[in-house]
Amino acid sequence: MGALPVDIKAIVPPALRRQRDIHAGDRRFFHATRAVALLVTLVLLGLLVQLGNLSLPVLQTSGFGFLINQNWDPVAGDFGALSFIHGTLVSSLLALLISVPVSVGVALFLTELAPRRVSLVLGFLVEMLAAVPSVVYGLWGIFVLAPLVRTEIGPALREYLGFLPLFKGAPYGVGMLPAGILLAIMITPTIASLCREVFRAVPVAQREAALALGGTRWESISIGVLRATRSGVLGAVVLGLGRALGETMAVTMVIGNRAQISASLFAPAQTMASVIANEYAEATEELHLAALAATGLVLFFVSLLINSGARFLIWNVDREARGGRSKKAGTSQVPTPVLAVPQGGES
Amino acid sequence: MSPSTRSSPLRVRELLSRKDKPRKLKNALLLGLLALASIVAVLPLFAVFLYALKQGISGLSVDFFTRLPAPVGETGGGMANALLGTGILLGLASLVGVPVGVVTGVYLSEFGRGKVAALVRFSVDVMTSVPSIIVGLFAYALVVIPMKRFSAWAGAVALAIVMVPIIARATEEILKLVPVHVREAGLALGIARWKMILRIVLPGSLGGITTGVMLAVARAAGETAPLLFTAFNNQFWSRGLDQPIASLPVQIYTYAISPYEEWHEQAWAGAFVLICFVLAINLLTRLLLRRSV
Repeated sequence: MGALPVDIKAIVPPALRRQRDIHAGDRRFFHATRAVALLVTLVLLGLLVQLGNLSLPVLQTSGFGFLINQNWDPVAGDFGALSFIHGTLVSSLLALLISVPVSVGVALFLTELAPRRVSLVLGFLVEMLAAVPSVVYGLWGIFVLAPLVRTEIGPALREYLGFLPLFKGAPYGVGMLPAGILLAIMITPTIASLCREVFRAVPVAQREAALALGGTRWESISIGVLRATRSGVLGAVVLGLGRALGETMAVTMVIGNRAQISASLFAPAQTMASVIANEYAEATEELHLAALAATGLVLFFVSLLINSGARFLIWNVDREARGGRSKKAGTSQVPTPVLAVPQGGES
Repeated sequence: MSPSTRSSPLRVRELLSRKDKPRKLKNALLLGLLALASIVAVLPLFAVFLYALKQGISGLSVDFFTRLPAPVGETGGGMANALLGTGILLGLASLVGVPVGVVTGVYLSEFGRGKVAALVRFSVDVMTSVPSIIVGLFAYALVVIPMKRFSAWAGAVALAIVMVPIIARATEEILKLVPVHVREAGLALGIARWKMILRIVLPGSLGGITTGVMLAVARAAGETAPLLFTAFNNQFWSRGLDQPIASLPVQIYTYAISPYEEWHEQAWAGAFVLICFVLAINLLTRLLLRRSV
């Protein structure tokens, strides 16, 4: 603004001049942090673009047929992801089947029954389950769980439930069953800790009301707590499912790695994540690499969908709990910054 | 029981308790099941830890920490290169991942309203739940393809991407715990907002942020999937950051699926070291948090 007849800077007293500088600093700080934060968004976009780019050859040649073709033959160049989608879904559902009763049980025990000290220690141990690296679970799966499935669990299941197609054939050890069990162990802390949060949000009065009516402890839990938190528990379960879908190493190590669709849980299988882990470093054909990347793309969208669903369910619970007079409101209350965002910021 | 004036209320109580019996039984049974579920849930932790201890302790020696892997068929050897490799990868990843994660957390907590912030928050949420193997694919496309070879850089990029959302999340949560009046006290002294954030809010939450960073490092230390086709593996010392580099988890994986008995023992030793590292960090952060909050 050199056209101004007077130099404004010379008129403004020094103190006010500093004020203006302060805001300039704030603006710079705001823009700088926002630029860095947007890197995360950039990475997400880049990830999508690159995955699409890598899998382009397959998308061009087979398109959606890729999803319903169950052949996977790198030698013949015939690629379809159906058997992996099947493997991912079945192993994850099996994991849920095993893990949900245990996780909900442990969460209830910790919030409703256990004395404070027991609850602290046990809760910590459950969370430590989540800290153990996947590859260590896989190692344990290969040398402890798989032999156990071969010699104990498998034969027992076959003897009592052998009439079901699920338990046909000889248990090799590796296969869908041990993968499901390992996944169950790995998602238990996820489901349990979320369920704990959800149960904790239930007002004490609701439990006491059931007790005051002459209900037993269990009735107070089932009527006062479980019935009120169904959607929250569902959210926790779906989030557990999301974790199971993407879990790679432990599954790769015990699932047997064979692209096939078999009704039997004893049969080896392959999941979307495990096939990438298994073959990507060694694949040389362009189409093979692209097919693996396309599998990754499918996995990305499936896990995005599942996780968004779970978040939506949990967010609903959160809102309800905040709307009501929950006991937790005091601790979860977030100090909303009353300070305005510097100008030139958000629209 | 003799007929007396007291008999009537007694009878009633008796009747009531008989009627309650199935309910009480059900109560006891289900509460018992809940306790059982808790035991079942933590059992695998002990099973895995104790088995790793039993199998791994014999393979742990000075050699394990100081020597290169022995060729197939020879006993002995160690994982020194993998341990160093994991250290290098974590160091490089932290160099980028920690600042980006912390700044993102600061942005979300301090300016976390509006559309752009919502977009960032959504991205962080999605990145937290993206399977790590897919992050590996991304790092492959981003680094390995242009460089035309597996490298430590690629592995570090993958691990950094794994770390950032965890750190951002932790930082945001921690900063939100800083009370409004503390911020206002700073502003009331006349200092600029950015100075208030950097000099008051951040230093006050340093313990919490450190905790988040440590947890992210622990998580990255155990990640195998994103390293398989980025950092790859190396049976020798890495000769440069543009070369493939060994890491503890990948080495454990390679040894675990190999048919050799000696390698299995090494894998267990490695797994034991890895578990101890990860659990120690988790335990430490727990203690730190309890003291500071």
